[in-house]
Amino acid sequence: MTQESVSSSNDNDLTVIIDTGCANLSSVRFAFERLNANVVVSADFDVIRSAARVVLPGVGTAGAAMDALKQKNLIGLIKSLTQPVMGVCLGMQMLASLSNEHGGRSEQDITCLGLVPTDIGDLDSKGLPLPHMGWNQIDVGDHPLFIGIENGSYVYFVHSYRAPISEYTLASSTYGESFSAAIGKDNFFGVQFHPEKSAKVGAQILRNFLNMGTPQ
Amino acid sequence: MLAKRIVPCLDVREGKVVKGVQFRNHEIVGDIVPLAARYADEGADELVFYDITASAHDRVIDKSWVSRVAEQIDIPFCVAGGIKTIEQAREKLAFGADKISINSPALTDPSLISRLQDEFGRQCIVIGIDSYYDAETDSYKVKQFTGDEAATKDTQWYTQDWVEEVQKRGCGEIVLNVMNQDGVRGGYDIKQLSMVRAICDVPLIASGGAGIMEHFKDVFELAKVDAALAASVFHKGIIDIGELKQYLHANHIAIRL
Repeated sequence: MTQESVSSSNDNDLTVIIDTGCANLSSVRFAFERLNANVVVSADFDVIRSAARVVLPGVGTAGAAMDALKQKNLIGLIKSLTQPVMGVCLGMQMLASLSNEHGGRSEQDITCLGLVPTDIGDLDSKGLPLPHMGWNQIDVGDHPLFIGIENGSYVYFVHSYRAPISEYTLASSTYGESFSAAIGKDNFFGVQFHPEKSAKVGAQILRNFLNMGTPQ
Repeated sequence: MLAKRIVPCLDVREGKVVKGVQFRNHEIVGDIVPLAARYADEGADELVFYDITASAHDRVIDKSWVSRVAEQIDIPFCVAGGIKTIEQAREKLAFGADKISINSPALTDPSLISRLQDEFGRQCIVIGIDSYYDAETDSYKVKQFTGDEAATKDTQWYTQDWVEEVQKRGCGEIVLNVMNQDGVRGGYDIKQLSMVRAICDVPLIASGGAGIMEHFKDVFELAKVDAALAASVFHKGIIDIGELKQYLHANHIAIRL
């Protein structure tokens, strides 16, 4: 499952993208490779545990994504991580406590990782087309992920569910209602948008992420 | 504020970008990856790649260029052409495409839309619709297999009904391509797009007819579409994407600069 990186100069400074089997894995890996990062995609416990930083990607539905983590026995491991962990899009939503994105298969709310105590619900677009798709502006807090990012910067979103504004909001955006464009608690944080598809602004955010965490 | 998107469309044939007039007489415009990178640098918000021969000839696009595009560009892109199965869709997405667009195969088997949505979520399922104005009946109708003139045929669908149907089945976005004006560069069909906008609850991309910068302003202001797609005006250098975005911004349209 593990893909070897071509980089050798910074072998100890490893960024691991958790292999959730989801569709945007390649795009996230390519984005880090464009920044010359030492990055691997892996579901191997030791590889993930020893990483300087970890990315939790995800597209699809919350239920399917949590099932995938369960099947790979990754839930306990992810919860035990102490290095910076960044969720992307659905990966961010999986850090929350619950999601009401049932995917049509169940009436039950989906239990997520519970690492950021907030619940994922429907985005109230107030009549605007859904999904919320395209480039929207963010207002950012002082989290290290957003160093050098100005308020009003455009990033690329694709989603119909959202984390509400809360004390765990690290960045916000508005589409109908205001919602969390990024959330976080302790070493766990995530972005609702796709930094890997957000041109220069996204690259800066990923670069900031690469500056976090301690090489092992 | 959500920005209106400018979307260059690259029609792909035999691994090259081509452009025809009213879907005919295709000429080679250039290589895929350099053109994609150029448009990303110039400020394109998204790219669409259509393999215009795939549906009509029952072929599937060569996947290698999808991966090469994903490696090199940092904006979203959509891949279209002959995707008829879940596995074909999965392959494109795994190689780094953000969305897949279905046109003719959805007309042949509308259940494909719901099956794709169940598997991947509707956010990456785009439905392309080739619509034309039928003067005889004074109505808008849908055509199929437009990638090949010999294979192109009428369907039983009125455009309004098909737009409703594909949303019901779970698409995440619609590209409405108005054939009458494609390549002629006389402007987007504002009347038809406004009609579709009124019944379209998912993002709507206008396609076909862009010739001057004012056409983009009109389609955003009057038809209230989310994105405007164009090909020849960008490929031939008639409109520069950077200048277009400055112009739209100056006209108070929400644009990512």
